[in-house]
Amino acid sequence: MKKVYGTAAEALDGVLHDGMLIAAGGFGLCGIPELLIDALVESGVKDLTVASNNAGVDGFGLGKLLETKQIRKMMSSYVGENAEFMRQYLSGELELEFNPQGTLAERMRAGGAGIAGFYTKTGYGTQIGEGKEVKVFNGEHYILEEGIFADLSIVKAWKADDTGNLVFRKTARNFNPPAAMCGKVCVVEVEEIVPRGSLDPDHIHLPGIYVHRIIQGEHEKRIEQRTTRKREEA
Amino acid sequence: MPWDRNQMAARAAEELEDGMYVNLGIGIPTLVANYVGDKDITLQSENGMLGMGPFPFEGEEDPDLINAGKQTITELNRTSYFDSATSFGMIRGGKIAAAILGAMEVAENGDLANWMIPGKLVKGMGGAMDLVAGVEKVVVVMDHQNKAGASKLLKECTLPLTGKGVVDRIITNLGVLDVVEGGLKIVECAEGVTEDQIREATEATIVN
Repeated sequence: MKKVYGTAAEALDGVLHDGMLIAAGGFGLCGIPELLIDALVESGVKDLTVASNNAGVDGFGLGKLLETKQIRKMMSSYVGENAEFMRQYLSGELELEFNPQGTLAERMRAGGAGIAGFYTKTGYGTQIGEGKEVKVFNGEHYILEEGIFADLSIVKAWKADDTGNLVFRKTARNFNPPAAMCGKVCVVEVEEIVPRGSLDPDHIHLPGIYVHRIIQGEHEKRIEQRTTRKREEA
Repeated sequence: MPWDRNQMAARAAEELEDGMYVNLGIGIPTLVANYVGDKDITLQSENGMLGMGPFPFEGEEDPDLINAGKQTITELNRTSYFDSATSFGMIRGGKIAAAILGAMEVAENGDLANWMIPGKLVKGMGGAMDLVAGVEKVVVVMDHQNKAGASKLLKECTLPLTGKGVVDRIITNLGVLDVVEGGLKIVECAEGVTEDQIREATEATIVN
């Protein structure tokens, strides 16, 4: 089965519907599926629930889908960098479900691994634990969190072969593997599609079984906080 | 004289022992890395990295290499990368020996509030709830009092909690306090600060 598609729009053809749940990889603006986000904007699909650690910034990343009001609900751990997000949230146009970062990552991983729920200490005794089942194991309190089963995963990797085996680069890996695992359909954008056999099988970060469609493209890879040191200080 | 930011960071660095894997929060905790000296410390960045290096030289920034504060950083020869589920697996699993982080309020029972002020813009907890729930030793570094002069060490937190009974040690500009049975215990005073001054500046119960 052919997994390589020509464009992001082609790769999303037939898998979109209003009201769907999308799991997106990325942390801040690092390792985000920028080309697929652009294609989602173009598609006009709406009433989306998006599980993503962050919500992009104004005018870039998921911020673009917020501007067009295609997102109804975000499931995130940190949304501080986006004024349009705050405006829509405070005016009640946008729903927000805060998830602790590790809980969000594990909910995605669990969904992809067929685990409907798990108990974690994270958030016990806080607002996050309110209304959730509490269970005591070995004298410690844990709360029940549910796996995320997404309709679609949108993911950014560094390299793929045409069978969908993926390699990520540095901290751009972040939420991409768990996001990839939890979707019924997983679409991946990469910087380079390499010939079959050129990736060392021992160095594959995510096996192609999780990947259904792949595109290659140019990425802007915007830096959110440029911090440097002067050479004299070295 | 109370400690300044750098002195607080230097004192917090004394909490770290050779060979530890450590997670440092944003603000004063970030400065702790400057004071570890010869100790072999591996810094974790919860987005998915162990062995975090310093900021890059100008022109060598890599958009694929950032820390949990989204700042550009560098790797070291010990660095490893992994996904966020694995990263928080090691956090919840108790593999990280210590987390040093800032706070808005700490209660005498170890409750911590540092993620949200109701009625103000709410940005989210990021990885803070996972860190305080999972890491072996949680050290808070913060000013003893807020800008209005009120104690940040309270009988009970007034703000929404980040974690319940999670704080082990508090390092403030006035000294070092441990969370113990019945309240907080003064472990150390900043140079020139007396125990009475700390008691005066503290709402939480101080036990002997």
